[in-house]
Amino acid sequence: MLLTCLGLTCLAGPGLALGAEILHKERSLYSNVMVTRAGNTLCLLFNVRSNRRNQSCMDTKYPKKMIFAYTKMSMVSLLFAPDPQHILVIGLGGGTLPTAFNQLYPQARIDVVEIDPAVTRVARDYFAFNPTSHVKVFDQDARVWTKRANLLDRRYDIIILDAFNGEYIPEHLMTQQYLEETKSLLTANGVLVANTFSISDLYDHESATYAAVFGKFINFKIPESANRMVVVPGKSVPEEQLLTRANALRNTLAPYNVPIRRYSRILIRQRDRRPDWDPAARPLTDQFAPANLLQSQ
Amino acid sequence: MRPNSLHLARDNLYTDPVVVLIYFLAFTGGFVIMSLELLGGRVLAPYFGSSIYVWGSIISVFMLSLAVGYLLGGKLSVRRPNMRRFGVIFFCGAVMLYPLILFSEPAMQWVFTRIEDPRFGSLVAALFLFTVPTIILGMISPYSVRLLVNTVEHSGQVAGRLYFVSTLGSAIGTLMTSFYFVLWFEINTILTGLTAALVLMACLALIASRGRTDTSGELKPSATQIT
Repeated sequence: MLLTCLGLTCLAGPGLALGAEILHKERSLYSNVMVTRAGNTLCLLFNVRSNRRNQSCMDTKYPKKMIFAYTKMSMVSLLFAPDPQHILVIGLGGGTLPTAFNQLYPQARIDVVEIDPAVTRVARDYFAFNPTSHVKVFDQDARVWTKRANLLDRRYDIIILDAFNGEYIPEHLMTQQYLEETKSLLTANGVLVANTFSISDLYDHESATYAAVFGKFINFKIPESANRMVVVPGKSVPEEQLLTRANALRNTLAPYNVPIRRYSRILIRQRDRRPDWDPAARPLTDQFAPANLLQSQ
Repeated sequence: MRPNSLHLARDNLYTDPVVVLIYFLAFTGGFVIMSLELLGGRVLAPYFGSSIYVWGSIISVFMLSLAVGYLLGGKLSVRRPNMRRFGVIFFCGAVMLYPLILFSEPAMQWVFTRIEDPRFGSLVAALFLFTVPTIILGMISPYSVRLLVNTVEHSGQVAGRLYFVSTLGSAIGTLMTSFYFVLWFEINTILTGLTAALVLMACLALIASRGRTDTSGELKPSATQIT
């Protein structure tokens, strides 16, 4: 276990650590949902044998403390939308992000779209996720939900894309059309953060798709994680202001274990970087989306 | 070919090109049906998702349409079956399939704004989009049975062979579409390809019928005229 965790791909992660105790196991319509506990670490796993990081963990002693890099990295959204009123999270998992946003901004309306009702149940029963009048979960396909949200003219200051199935991101949630539908849900200064960890050919196609829809975006990566966060700010925020905001958020985010000042410095360095993907790669569309076939190419 | 060898010849896979052609047409019909069904999932996904109920809608609509197609194809085969009409079935299939490329977006948009439940939304959309072409494609199998069967004792064998080739076509259509076509082409390009395949089959059937129909319209196999 230790060995597998040394490399770039800390595959199974703490969820399947030796001696982990299985608290709940369920075969839902969309995946195999499993809750494990090892010491103080409670984890939600979606596919036991899957070698991808589609899981969510919580420290029961310090429930605010974020364990995974991608969750912490998602918090850079606050640098671009410092006072969010409406937040959309696609993909619930253990509910880490909506719970944190709700604690930080109790007045904000948070909408979460999660296709699998079993995941919503498990998040509620084991991970202290608490839907309230301000935190709503829609048990729907994100594509269908997004189309309808557009008809209803919903707008969000922060949108987090974090929907995964047993393999990767569902193909119809990776296309140019989907991203365009999502883009039109953003307020003028709204920020979009997408969690990705594609490799090989898919990395090029996925990046080209984001570039086709959003133009320039920040390719936010940190050395200790294989995840790549696509960060699309509504408007460019000057360096000074980002650092000031990071300083202001520093103490607030400390219990969540989010090194926001370090992230802001990395972001500033990375935002003017040249694309590290093949710019000639073809964007994924509803017409052409062999995404999960490309992943294995 | 001697007239009295007609019945035997029609059951002979190796000597009569028209027999081979009919099997090949049935194979292509099976191929197109399943390729279309798989693409159906992709076509509906942007509006209705790709959950199990979307597949439920698609498969139900295809099964129902094929059922109706079998009935109609059988009915049509009673009076004066011939290669020309067989070709017309393929041609109609192509004509009904092609509009998918042009009208599936507005049709789905229309359904989407009227039906909120994605289960019934996907069912209605699948009915709109796939019923007519699939009914027509369903007519191919019973009609080809009629074209090939001449004797009662061989009818089961002929039907068995036809099920074999058309189901084999379905399996290969499924694999090719899901493994390769979606990786190589856009959905609309694949649909255009399927339409073109049906048109080509229609032409082959018509060419075969020109070579060998008499005034009664009855099929008269003759190897020399075709090759």
